[in-house]
Amino acid sequence: MDQVSRRRFLKISAGVIAAAGAAGAAADRVLAGARSAAQSGLKRIPTFCNVCFWQCGAIASVRDGKLWKIEGHPLDPLSHGRLCPRGTGGIGAHSDPDRLRSPLIRVSERGEERWKAVTWDEALTFIAERMQKIKADYGPESFAAFIHGLGGTFFKHTLRAYGTNNIAAPSFAQCRGPRDVGFTLTFGDDAGALERTDIENAQCLVLIGSHLGENMHNTQVQEFATAVGKGASIIVVDPRFSVAASKAKFYLPIKAGTDIALLLAWMNVIVGEKLYDKEYVDKYGFGFEQFAAEIQPYTPEWAYPETGIDPETIRATAREMARYRPATLIHPGRHSSWYGDDAQRGRAIALLNALMGSWGRKGGLYAPSAVAVPAYPHPAYPKPAKPEVDNPNNKYPFANENISTGIREATMTGKPYPVKGWLVYATNLMYSLPNQAETIRAIQQLDLLVVVDVIPSEIAGYADVVLPEANYLERYDDLHAEPFKVPFIALRQPVVEAPDDQKPNWWIAKKLAEKLGLGVYYPWNDIEEYLAARLKAGGYSYEDLKRDGIILGKQPPIYFEDGAPAMFDTPSKKIEFFSTQLQKAGFDPVPKYTQPEVGAAGSYRLLFGRAPVHSFSRTQTNHLLMDLLSENAVWINATEAARLGLKSGDHVRLRNQDGAVSNRILVKATERIRPECVYMVHGFGHTAKGLRFAFGKGASDSELITRYKTDPLMGGTGMNVNFVTIETEA
Amino acid sequence: MSRFAMAIDTRRCVGCQDCVVACKTENGVPEGYCRDWITEEVHGAFPTVQLEIRSERCNHCDNPPCVTCCPTGASHVHERGGVVLVTHEKCIGCKACLAACPYDARFIHPDGYADKCTFCIHRVEQGLNPACVSVCPTHCMHFGDLDDPQSEVSVLLSSRPHHVLLPDAGTKPCIFYLT
Amino acid sequence: MIALTALTELTVSRHNPLVDPHLHIWEWQIPVYLFFGGMVAGLMIIAGVRLIALRPQQREALVCCTIGPLIGLFFLSLGMFTLFLDLSHKLYVWRLYTTFQITSPMSWGSWILLLVYPALVANALAHLPEAIPALAKRFPILVTVSDFILARVQWVVGIGVANVMVGIALGIYTGILLGALGARPLWNSAVLGPLFLFSGLSTATALLHGILVITTPDEERPAFADFLLSALAQLTQARPLDKNVGPVLARADNSFLTIELALLGLFLLGHMTSTGIHQQAASLLLTGSYGAVFWVFVIGLGIVLPLVLQSLELQNRIRHTIAPVILVVFGGIALRFILVYAGQESHWFQALN
Repeated sequence: MDQVSRRRFLKISAGVIAAAGAAGAAADRVLAGARSAAQSGLKRIPTFCNVCFWQCGAIASVRDGKLWKIEGHPLDPLSHGRLCPRGTGGIGAHSDPDRLRSPLIRVSERGEERWKAVTWDEALTFIAERMQKIKADYGPESFAAFIHGLGGTFFKHTLRAYGTNNIAAPSFAQCRGPRDVGFTLTFGDDAGALERTDIENAQCLVLIGSHLGENMHNTQVQEFATAVGKGASIIVVDPRFSVAASKAKFYLPIKAGTDIALLLAWMNVIVGEKLYDKEYVDKYGFGFEQFAAEIQPYTPEWAYPETGIDPETIRATAREMARYRPATLIHPGRHSSWYGDDAQRGRAIALLNALMGSWGRKGGLYAPSAVAVPAYPHPAYPKPAKPEVDNPNNKYPFANENISTGIREATMTGKPYPVKGWLVYATNLMYSLPNQAETIRAIQQLDLLVVVDVIPSEIAGYADVVLPEANYLERYDDLHAEPFKVPFIALRQPVVEAPDDQKPNWWIAKKLAEKLGLGVYYPWNDIEEYLAARLKAGGYSYEDLKRDGIILGKQPPIYFEDGAPAMFDTPSKKIEFFSTQLQKAGFDPVPKYTQPEVGAAGSYRLLFGRAPVHSFSRTQTNHLLMDLLSENAVWINATEAARLGLKSGDHVRLRNQDGAVSNRILVKATERIRPECVYMVHGFGHTAKGLRFAFGKGASDSELITRYKTDPLMGGTGMNVNFVTIETEA
Repeated sequence: MSRFAMAIDTRRCVGCQDCVVACKTENGVPEGYCRDWITEEVHGAFPTVQLEIRSERCNHCDNPPCVTCCPTGASHVHERGGVVLVTHEKCIGCKACLAACPYDARFIHPDGYADKCTFCIHRVEQGLNPACVSVCPTHCMHFGDLDDPQSEVSVLLSSRPHHVLLPDAGTKPCIFYLT
Repeated sequence: MIALTALTELTVSRHNPLVDPHLHIWEWQIPVYLFFGGMVAGLMIIAGVRLIALRPQQREALVCCTIGPLIGLFFLSLGMFTLFLDLSHKLYVWRLYTTFQITSPMSWGSWILLLVYPALVANALAHLPEAIPALAKRFPILVTVSDFILARVQWVVGIGVANVMVGIALGIYTGILLGALGARPLWNSAVLGPLFLFSGLSTATALLHGILVITTPDEERPAFADFLLSALAQLTQARPLDKNVGPVLARADNSFLTIELALLGLFLLGHMTSTGIHQQAASLLLTGSYGAVFWVFVIGLGIVLPLVLQSLELQNRIRHTIAPVILVVFGGIALRFILVYAGQESHWFQALN
């Protein structure tokens, strides 16, 4: 399965922390305010945010014992001292009246949300007993987990100790997986969980389906603004006139689903007019001639009827990109599971970057590094007797992470072997996985569903046991040392106490392990003991980190020209313009274009995206953030809306091709979208009764995503393939 | 003399509402209310569309109609910087100031008095920027003294095209939008 | 941004109570106060003019100077109470009287209201014994005071002048209060001051006329009125009222109504010849969402119909009834309600097509 190797990055050890001293002094100045403020009843505690996966360093202010506000940590390379609106409003989660308060065991049918509150001991005993039964009856591999985020580290540890490797993050198959596989096939490495985009230095930035500015990855938006401020040439390709499009020099209103055609045509122009970085391609490229031959037919004239973008614009934008290379960055995107051919589209984007010579260059894609902190030693995990269940017979040969929907499929069908238990941590599967009916069918096969969450989400509604986690402001987590532009270690520590019987993930996972007889895997008593030991082993001081919140590493060279190693973990050890491994596996060695399906007459393709004030479906009970946006709206082209007799402020329902009908949703009649598409922000339309503040507000795109197209390379689920009709209110 | 003002770069602003929520947490603005907000102005028809995004608030006008109409003097101009403020204990809640403001920048606080953006005068007096300016992730917000030709705001206004809201209303607003 | 094309969408994220989607800070309390304020102003001016013109040295049963001021005191207090109800920070209302803000019409108003009371009280005291004989019998001091005032012509005239001036101030300032709010284009007109004054005069005149009609002696009252008003009529049996004043009041009311109509016309004309935003504001009343109620209740039923009825009454073609007073009063209330509500909908921001 590991034909494509996992991502690599440069690891920095303690010896290279020359900058630590300087960082410490700076932190002293910054936090000196904290000591003087302490006299006035004000405490400033460093931690890092968790409202999204970006995990920006933050400093929370507690005034007279009450959580007052949270701001960016000035030393943090992710936030540069400024949090995004979700981070700033994240404190609303602490006082969320709808949050989970105690462990719950269901007392009726799954999905009816009727519980009894129990003690932790009761809940964990219940779970452990059933997990042992599953182990005995089917084997530990029949227990799977869906885990999102840093807080899942200890759960993964407990489950591996238990004996299963069937652990998946939905973010692979449902989100970034396709683009990461496309990049890995080309460069031997992926785009990075914290994307390795050097936007601030880009002189030409191409956003193809990326809606930076509404998609609020903090550092990227900050750098995007810097690029805009510097007058960088922005090219935006999107069926919707996004916020980013409003800052663009060129806005290409592409027909949905035709991106690969545009990418191929661009490459055709760039190769045909010899606008690519020849030196770079000669030095690092493999299979360029074959690649050039393959893309010959894809002229702008060919692409025009497919994409709706006229040939002159295609040529002009291709030349514009070339003008600024290698500081031309075609953004890899993030959520890339659109049409089922998404890994190839990710590869096309990677190839375009390769032509620009931007991989490893300033203004393109830099080489990330991370601080290496040794793991806490523990006994070896047992080797699972069965292969992982998500990708039987390696059906998706280029999937290099577990496929969440593959685990679901196995659970539904019982093949290749039954899956009888799930642990779900910090992901609302009813919103993250496409086709809710399949998720429910899978759940019905389970003997045990455990959900660990902070709010009574829809997936928690189906659980046998719901475990309330203390939220990020109330707990310690494992160390945060993701590869980034500047290597760092960040500490999450409690700012305030959890108000009820909520517990942190490390405690839950440890106690569960103990109940499972796996206490030996947790040879430490207390999380601070664990953290301090790890840091000490790496040569760092826990006291320093606790006081300062962040330890910065010394930035190694991040560009090839400064000495970053130009290594490509591909079969040819070079940038693969032509992929022989794809060819051998029976796939197109150079991406090809497939026409997207057209919806039935009178229907609109359903597109979805993000709002900068919400994270997925997890913030709609945060009163602070809901005050900024309390419901989503369906964007309908103004002319279309007028034709239907609709205006902004009306309410409609959406019915998809399979008869699924959405909740009532506000209409936004706008000039900012193509007439044959509609768009909404993901995460609204909650149906979980426990989410009282969110219940019924807006509509859920997830309910309408009943169809998906699976990417044959890596199992990603393309979700932009649903079509809706608009039902007006009588 | 000082005359505080803001220069906001609409080219960089993405309308993320960080300024809105930072103000709320800093100033304890009650749920359901905001002292600043985002306005999106669209011109044109698809696909030839222009979009200007603005972070708006009280403009701390040089000719504030909300001050002239106040019967108790609760609404007043601060001794420093031309900041328009409300003295809560003098406000009777007659709402004339809400009617007088052409920008609809004021609201009645649940406790009964008229409320609005204060330019975070409590922070400014400690040498800090207003909360919205400090948080903005796109660095599009600038606060400073118009009477100081070297201030960021003065430099930006002298070098970049800009506009104010409702220039014909005669209010002489001090929030400038750089375009 | 230098806009190349027309504005097509304006989205504002703000959703403040009372302000969004459009201003609605003032509800029934304000139009009710404005109505009472205008009517009291009218009552004061009528009473004042009456005192100046006739300089009565004896107590005479004059509705304008007996019942007028007393009703005025009652309605003014009611009006100030509704005003107080509107305040959202009531405990601090006394702050109004710790300062005088010369640029604030509301500050002017709060002090004018303070002056209204003594003017009205003085007027009332001059004729209280014949207005409420029962009270005078119980408190003989009232007779003494009344005699004292009436014996001195300068005092009578002085009280009259005071009532006229304070009445005019009261009538006009309510219009200026709205008119000075430039942010609400519908209100932003100097004509609003005199308009409210003359509307107040017309309602006051109609009210006094109506009182006279109600208190007409038995034989001249229509049967149904007798049935409805017999109780009230009992109260007035003992009082000889000046029946000649009836037609005078009707004629005066017609004049005031005509002036009011003209002022309304000028008010709207001013907007229609002003900026696009003002034209849009005026259209709220002329053709827009408030058009129907404006034309029917304010113009039709509130001004034109009573004009016609009172003309017919004056020509003795029909008997004097309380129909005009009901119509004029209702029209006055409607005018203020419509102006206060529509005004809050008018705004400076460019409206979308």
